[in-house]
Amino acid sequence: MAEKIGIYVCHCGSNIAGTIDVEEVARWAGKNIKDVAVSRDYKFMCSSLGQQMIEDDIKQQGLTGVVVGACSPHLHEKTFRNACHRAGLNPYLCQMTNIREHVSWVNSDKESGTFKAKSLISAAAERVKRQKPLEPMRVKVNPATLVVGGGIAGLQAALELADAGHHVYLVEREPSIGGHMAQFDKTFPTLDCSACILTPKMSEVGQHENITLLTYSELEEVSGSVGNFKVKVRKKARYVDYDKCTGCGICIEKCPRKVLDDVFEAGMGYRKAIYTPFPQAVPRTPVIDTANCTWFTRGKCQVCSKVCPTDAVDYNQQDEIVELEVGNIIIATGWKLFDCKRSSHYGYGRLANVYTNMEFERLCNAAGPTNGKIVLRDGKTEPKSVAIVHCVGSRDANSNSYCSAVCCMAALKFGHLVLEKTNAEVYSFYIDMRSNQKGYEEFYERLQEEGMQFVRGKVGEVTDAARQPAEEGKLIVQVDDTLLGKQRRIPVDMVILMGGLEPQADAKEFGLKCGISCSMAGWYTERHPKLDPVATMTDGVFVAGVCQGPKDIPASVAQGAAAAARVQGMISKGEVMIEPIVASIDEENCSGCRICNNMCPYNAIEFDAEKSISRVITALCKGCGTCVAACPAGVITGAHFNNEQIFAEIDGILWDAKPQAETESVTV
Amino acid sequence: MSNETFEPKIVGFLCNWCSYRAADLAGSARIKYAPNVRIIRLMCSGRVDPTFVVKALADGADGVMIAGCHPGECHYIEQNYKAMRRFHLLKQTLTALGVEPDRVQLVWASAAEGQRLAEAIDKLVADIKRLGPLRWPSNWDEDGGRLKALEEIVKEHEEAMEVPA
Repeated sequence: MAEKIGIYVCHCGSNIAGTIDVEEVARWAGKNIKDVAVSRDYKFMCSSLGQQMIEDDIKQQGLTGVVVGACSPHLHEKTFRNACHRAGLNPYLCQMTNIREHVSWVNSDKESGTFKAKSLISAAAERVKRQKPLEPMRVKVNPATLVVGGGIAGLQAALELADAGHHVYLVEREPSIGGHMAQFDKTFPTLDCSACILTPKMSEVGQHENITLLTYSELEEVSGSVGNFKVKVRKKARYVDYDKCTGCGICIEKCPRKVLDDVFEAGMGYRKAIYTPFPQAVPRTPVIDTANCTWFTRGKCQVCSKVCPTDAVDYNQQDEIVELEVGNIIIATGWKLFDCKRSSHYGYGRLANVYTNMEFERLCNAAGPTNGKIVLRDGKTEPKSVAIVHCVGSRDANSNSYCSAVCCMAALKFGHLVLEKTNAEVYSFYIDMRSNQKGYEEFYERLQEEGMQFVRGKVGEVTDAARQPAEEGKLIVQVDDTLLGKQRRIPVDMVILMGGLEPQADAKEFGLKCGISCSMAGWYTERHPKLDPVATMTDGVFVAGVCQGPKDIPASVAQGAAAAARVQGMISKGEVMIEPIVASIDEENCSGCRICNNMCPYNAIEFDAEKSISRVITALCKGCGTCVAACPAGVITGAHFNNEQIFAEIDGILWDAKPQAETESVTV
Repeated sequence: MSNETFEPKIVGFLCNWCSYRAADLAGSARIKYAPNVRIIRLMCSGRVDPTFVVKALADGADGVMIAGCHPGECHYIEQNYKAMRRFHLLKQTLTALGVEPDRVQLVWASAAEGQRLAEAIDKLVADIKRLGPLRWPSNWDEDGGRLKALEEIVKEHEEAMEVPA
């Protein structure tokens, strides 16, 4: 059947017409490109009149393909595909080519611009002639959702979905939900007690009939695609039977083995070998730390089992793999603290009274190892002067160049707590004071009024090497005070390092499991940094909270809610359309070499051992086309990006480079 | 044709996610760069079949650019590594065929790097201008006679190898 192509060259006002002779391009296309039935130029193709023009031509001229030379397909591909669809032409028989962002906006010479536009229109025309009608696949959306991470962002997302009546599986690596917020003392700028605002949410999640809580568990494997994910979760053995345990805590009380708690207590306090991370833990079921349990390491003890009133301790418990089916995944895996030992010039780990921000949170916390008393490492001496060093592991070319967003405010918070609880002098050593959200600037002013002292200068060194008698026995902060224009040495008793936020150690690996990638800094890549911060490039996988980038609690909550809203939208629609840009293997001609099998990062190619051929699992294929290019026999077809179409596109794009003899499709 | 008036014809294979968006960004930012690179949009740099590059050169292109996401940032996780492997092997093959290695260049550009992509394009165009036109098709006879003769031979062999139904 002869092709009848419609060519439409958009002026986009003067955006394109200003530097491309659009009438000439349309005229040239109509005259020189084979099989063109109609070739027009128009002011605004994306307008309703422009779209109507295409629809009318399809109906009246029987067009078999449409080419639109305009802006980026990222903006209007859908628009023109819909116009074709409305007129009865399969939307995949429409090809957009970018003559605005890629030609008129980047080139001021009209002649070369017009010429380049001709090449692109010719390429699109050749391509569209070989395009095939395709149907998008419709898949049902499973209303259950997987939320990974039980910190504040994950909790918010889970609650929103559960309250809306949908089932949520919440997977958390630690024995309890709560995340880092459970470790904090107070939150800025309101100075709310962190646990007081967090624990109600934790309880709600723990009791919610629509939430299945899988704590002390890790996501092992993800397969499937949007609407239909199959995930494997490993429930690590707690060695306590969840159903029998009442959370009475007698086992913890009687356990003879004390262990340094370097997770929840940030190394400032102790727990037992059988433990819950903190008293308000949800669930209250304890966990046995087998690396430090006397029974597991030396075969002696079993006190916990003996004192348990419900016989809930089970030393033979095994890890359990749970398989779940969900429609969408929300990743809210949070962050870890910068290892302050890396800034060795600040002496953390070497000088006793240098603390990290998380250590100080535990020190201040009324439920912490010193019951909230601010004392030095000896456990009794109150500091008379405290230095707070900003930007440790942030805004630093030697470690992380980004700003961790929360530390300036947390530093102010610490300043307030020190001033409130002690008579100490407090110094803040900052580069800039970042207090840009609601109530934050007011909080900064308040601290200035409370008498906190602010020195603008990045600290060069924290040392105990005294140069004068007044410095003996103190920690000296060496700083370039940029407001005074002087070097200063300020002796203090305690130094608090505001460690930066970093992605979790296994963030990249975990992201790959779910099919999402990280930026160079290690934060998960969102679909659009401005307009789509919770979606990822992988449909059905969302991110919320600090794992997407450093942010404070309100922003994490907002993102958790936003991700939940997106999932809700999909659930209420009930089905999702997947672009039919997928690969398929010609089974007749496949030789079973299996080179393609390892090309696919989504494991979308399976090998049929019986027939000795490879096969694409269409539901898993994301359409990258790598296997298509890899097949040595050329038997894999990439729908909508097949070899025939690309070769034709190359032919069209080089219309002016062919030898003098008249070519098949385009006359010079 | 002297090199001063030589305007290279270059085909660019850009991946939909990073490099194509980078080119869009260069446009939005009105960054001006050489108009010699004619862009073909693919979903991923991993889709770039070495035959695309060879076809482009055989069709008369003086150079080819392959652009994709930075290693580690591929929208399809790791496919740009595969593009990278193919690219290096392709360059060796092309060099053996007498095509200067600088004619085919691989560029990584994230969606935020419009300026960087524009600069890479300017550099490629400058490199190709220095190398001069490739003129691969005109290695064949002007009227395509040699190519036609080869096609006849292939047809003969195909007919001989056909198994009667």
